[in-house]
Amino acid sequence: MDIAWYLVLSALLFAVGAGGVLIRRSPLVILLCLELMLNAGNLALVAFARSAGNEEGQVFALVVMVVAACEVVIGLGLIVAMFRRRLALDVDAMRELKG
Amino acid sequence: MEEVAFFAGAIGALGGAIAVIGLRNPFYSVLALIVHLISLAGLFLILYAEFIAAAQIVVYAGAVMVLYLFVTAYVGGVEESIWEPIPGQRFLAPVLVVALFIEISIAVIGTGLKAIESHGPTLPGDFGSPGSIGELLLERFLVVFEAASMLLLIAAVGAIVLAGRRKRDSDEPEVAA
Repeated sequence: MDIAWYLVLSALLFAVGAGGVLIRRSPLVILLCLELMLNAGNLALVAFARSAGNEEGQVFALVVMVVAACEVVIGLGLIVAMFRRRLALDVDAMRELKG
Repeated sequence: MEEVAFFAGAIGALGGAIAVIGLRNPFYSVLALIVHLISLAGLFLILYAEFIAAAQIVVYAGAVMVLYLFVTAYVGGVEESIWEPIPGQRFLAPVLVVALFIEISIAVIGTGLKAIESHGPTLPGDFGSPGSIGELLLERFLVVFEAASMLLLIAAVGAIVLAGRRKRDSDEPEVAA
């Protein structure tokens, strides 16, 4: 398989994730769509590592996984805090910053 | 053989991704994301990234998704209608998605990089093995490795601060202790 196939698949997955962020309103699902986009980036990184015959791209993919884990932890913390304060879990309703 | 594995993985990954944004119940979306992640791990294996594939299954599809499932179960699966209530966005979002895909695809296919139109070079036997990735992480990318550990620590502290129970907030339901 040409590496280009993997890159086009990664572009498609990224576009699907971006569409999810735009269309969905539940913050949980938006976080899931961010994961989709990060994983599309990971696929491209690993494909480039294969094409260059160099493992550094795979280390990059690992770092992306670490960042994704941090993002999940913070995002889920925010969602739990929103739920505790009995705010609607709807990003369209959360449109103003208030302390 | 490689083609069959690629298309199986691609269909799994794409189907999982579409199911994530298409299913109304967030609980099912999380399960669809697990399918997506495991299919991606298969694709990583075809690309000789065995350690990344293992980490993907253990860390991502295992630990992170369990965290998601717990939070989804905690806040309760709130069903939402698929379609945007904001009228402009309903039409703009798919247009933007298609435009994004076409743009990235043009960039990928039209690139001057000749290497992406081939299989890639023949690789040594230990390419992508835990040993060689670990060696790279601890020698060449030591600073990155340490920065990642700091980032994880800060994220853990941040999560405790964000989601921890505050005694002073009287409007929160307090468990009788």
